[in-house]
Amino acid sequence: MRITQGTFSFLPDLTDKQIAAQVKYALDQGWAISVEYTDDPHPRNTYWEMFGNPMFDLRDPAGVLQEINECRKTFPNYYVRVMAFDSTHQVESIVLSFIVQRPKDEPGFRQVREEIDGRKMRYTTQGYAVVAKPEGARY
Amino acid sequence: MSEATNEIKSSTQRYKSGVLKYRQMGYWQPDYEPKPTDILALFRITPQEGVPPEEAAAAVAGESSTATWTVVWTDRLTACEMYRAKAYRVDPVPNNPGQYFAYIAYDLSLFEEGSITNVAASIIGNVFSFKPIKAARLEDMQFPVAYVKTFRGPPTGIVVERERLDKFGRPLLGATTKPKLGLSGRNYGRVVYEGLKGGLDFMKDDENINSQPFMHWRDRFLFVMDAVNKASAATGEVKGSYLNVTAGTVEEMYRRAEFAKELGSAIIMIDLVVGYSGIQSLSNWCRDNDMLLHLHRAGHGTYTRQKNHGVSFRVIAKWMRLTGVDHIHAGTAVGKLEGDPLTVQGYYNICRDTHTRIDLPRGIFFEQDWGALRKVMPVASGGIHAGQMHQLLDLFGDDVVMQFGGGTIGHPMGIQAGATANRVALEAMVLARNEGRDIKNEGPEILKEAAKWCSPLKAALDTWGDVTFNYTSTDTSDFVPTATAV
Amino acid sequence: MWPSPKARVTKSMTAATPTPTGETSDLALLYRESGIAEVLDQLDRELIGLLPVKSRIREIAALLLVDKARAAVGLSAGAPSLHMSFTGNPGTGKTTVALRMADILHRLGYTRSNHVVAVTRDDLVGQYIGHTAPKTKEMLKKAMGGVLFIDEAYYLHRPENERDYGQESIEILLQVMENQRDDLVVILAGYKDRMDTFFQSNPGMASRIAHHVEFPDYTPEELLQIAELMVRQMDYRFDAESLQAMREYIVLRIEQAHFANARSIRNALDRARLRQAARIFAEATQTPFVVPTKDQLTLLDERDIRASRVFRGGFIGNTSSQH
Repeated sequence: MRITQGTFSFLPDLTDKQIAAQVKYALDQGWAISVEYTDDPHPRNTYWEMFGNPMFDLRDPAGVLQEINECRKTFPNYYVRVMAFDSTHQVESIVLSFIVQRPKDEPGFRQVREEIDGRKMRYTTQGYAVVAKPEGARY
Repeated sequence: MSEATNEIKSSTQRYKSGVLKYRQMGYWQPDYEPKPTDILALFRITPQEGVPPEEAAAAVAGESSTATWTVVWTDRLTACEMYRAKAYRVDPVPNNPGQYFAYIAYDLSLFEEGSITNVAASIIGNVFSFKPIKAARLEDMQFPVAYVKTFRGPPTGIVVERERLDKFGRPLLGATTKPKLGLSGRNYGRVVYEGLKGGLDFMKDDENINSQPFMHWRDRFLFVMDAVNKASAATGEVKGSYLNVTAGTVEEMYRRAEFAKELGSAIIMIDLVVGYSGIQSLSNWCRDNDMLLHLHRAGHGTYTRQKNHGVSFRVIAKWMRLTGVDHIHAGTAVGKLEGDPLTVQGYYNICRDTHTRIDLPRGIFFEQDWGALRKVMPVASGGIHAGQMHQLLDLFGDDVVMQFGGGTIGHPMGIQAGATANRVALEAMVLARNEGRDIKNEGPEILKEAAKWCSPLKAALDTWGDVTFNYTSTDTSDFVPTATAV
Repeated sequence: MWPSPKARVTKSMTAATPTPTGETSDLALLYRESGIAEVLDQLDRELIGLLPVKSRIREIAALLLVDKARAAVGLSAGAPSLHMSFTGNPGTGKTTVALRMADILHRLGYTRSNHVVAVTRDDLVGQYIGHTAPKTKEMLKKAMGGVLFIDEAYYLHRPENERDYGQESIEILLQVMENQRDDLVVILAGYKDRMDTFFQSNPGMASRIAHHVEFPDYTPEELLQIAELMVRQMDYRFDAESLQAMREYIVLRIEQAHFANARSIRNALDRARLRQAARIFAEATQTPFVVPTKDQLTLLDERDIRASRVFRGGFIGNTSSQH
């Protein structure tokens, strides 16, 4: 199973050169860049851990690549993503978000169905890795 | 202009019983300078032979505000000079003899706050059947911020929609479930699951899927939501399907919307034909229930398409942003439905601008300050396929839903493959654009490169690569020579 | 003024053109395409005098250009060390030259951007444990792709305090200067004597600096030319009397405390403009119907210069202490 979150998850994993090109694009737009990681990739787990604060006023992707690589070194089997923030009025949100590292094995999610009144169903999505082990010991 | 056609200033003359020219009654005021609080409208008018354009413009101003065919003394019980709409400028339309652009200003106190229905009843309520003009078209409108702020606008807006869906940096992908009529609920849900699992973000009910004998609405909702949730677990992504709640009464639409909410849907859908008041009611409901509101512009072509008569879609787009929808179909320029590229870009800008500037080549005649109203996500839908990805991305940018119905479901390798082909084409194109490549020209090459490792994309390009819809658009700008095909 | 850039660089390049393999590398073409001639011209226009600095920069540019040419025909190149030290008194043009150096490096493809991030100790060194590394790294990340200009770099080193956090910053800098030469060029700047001491106690730093550029003080005549250039740029002018006053001012000012070369000239002119404005205003309010002419508005006259306290003994201490 391959989680398909993020801007580029249907393409082969991006090389560092490709990542640098995307970061360059983001920096040229004046966006801030953040590196985040998690071992709970639930589609509605909004807040992955930040690997340091978002980086503002950078001109060149080398500094971001350095952070990505440090994050990969620290969490070699976690999901790591790069996000870009645009502070323009009426955007003021994330404008790019792509995965730059995945665990070797992605067990994916289980769909839990709870039958309720009538034909209705209540659905819950559970990560196999998340149910099996506590935070920090999952991947 | 002769004395006889100027505004009559003497009140004994002005209010004598009988029939006066609209110009004489004060509806033509070439010296009038619109106030910042006026609502402005631009009409394209074709006066009957022998009717001077100023008189026709004055007639439009009169009939869309206080006038009737004859003088009434009861005018004098009111501040009638303020209530009169004022035609203040008439320009001949370039290259269209007999047509004129008439600018008309309306005082703010003519309108009820927060009611597009009232705006529509005033501005287009009466004048379009008026005999002295052969044809009329409402081209554009400008609303003062004071009036904009009486509307709540989109319940969700582009930014919050993306935050809820966790999807950034690329257009969203959708498909309309086909065939649009006849599928049972179970079979219908199958198409939804396949499309979402294959890589689409949204599936969509078509405009005329309501609650017919072959599939009642509750069945559709239940099966579709099963498919949506299963696809979400299978991909780890948030997914959705626009559940069409359009029904015969607003009460019934509320019932259907409530059920969609109970089932955990992120989005509901309505058709433009439910009417402006119905749309605004559903918009309020969506705001209260954290739900996205998708609007299918069913029926608009009856009055937006012909250039000489009707209402331009850019006006409908402005009205719908004020009324408050999150998605609106705004054309593709390259697909099977009407739309000149620049004109369509004009509609997109109206949906997404913070402040719209005058842009004649794109058909925008007025500035519009949107007063921080949220932005509407335009939807490109109708006869588009993966082979046009570079054109679509170049024309419309990131904030758009691209809907490939036939281009997904008709894929020779199946629905999932069709969805995957579209998603890969999209991501490859966004990646290339961000890398600085000239996608407009290198697009086909970029798609070919991706097709080398993605067989569904290769099959899609082989099947539809050459399909284009090169017909001349009827609704084009009057200010630049336009080419319909990109 | 120094010889035209073209003549000089071309001369130093012709010797390098023939290569052992007999292949040719069109150095002149490379030179033209890189556009560094424009940068060198700009340097000429912007900075009066500074002949030794300009010829050092020219030499460095020629070296980098020839390295490019060598690499193009397969001769050993290896990423050259490009870190530099600019030493000299305040106001001698170190920052301006750093900006042009960044242009040259960028045009020759040694950096990806021509931006310069100028920092001092406060930007790099923190106040408590764990504060310094993130601060230094943040500035390094901002400078990546371009030039990090560290003014008064010796303040990073405080020999009197063994636990000073400056040392941590130096170590991070050294690491990046060594391992990420493709990503960043560091220019250290400050007074010559202090920088020498700094290098002595930080041999690691000294060994990573490839180019030392010394910025001499300006002569009084050069300072006068600078004053004339600045006045022109601000749309003012001297007349014969005020020019003479300025000449005398410079001679006196050099001997007084806190003299900072071009910067002192800039400050003197700013004060002269204030006095000119006060003078014109006073004249205009005394005779209300007289509107000052353009000539009057642009002229810095003798009084505006001579009213300076420099003519009355100058700053307290009246020494030529530099710091």
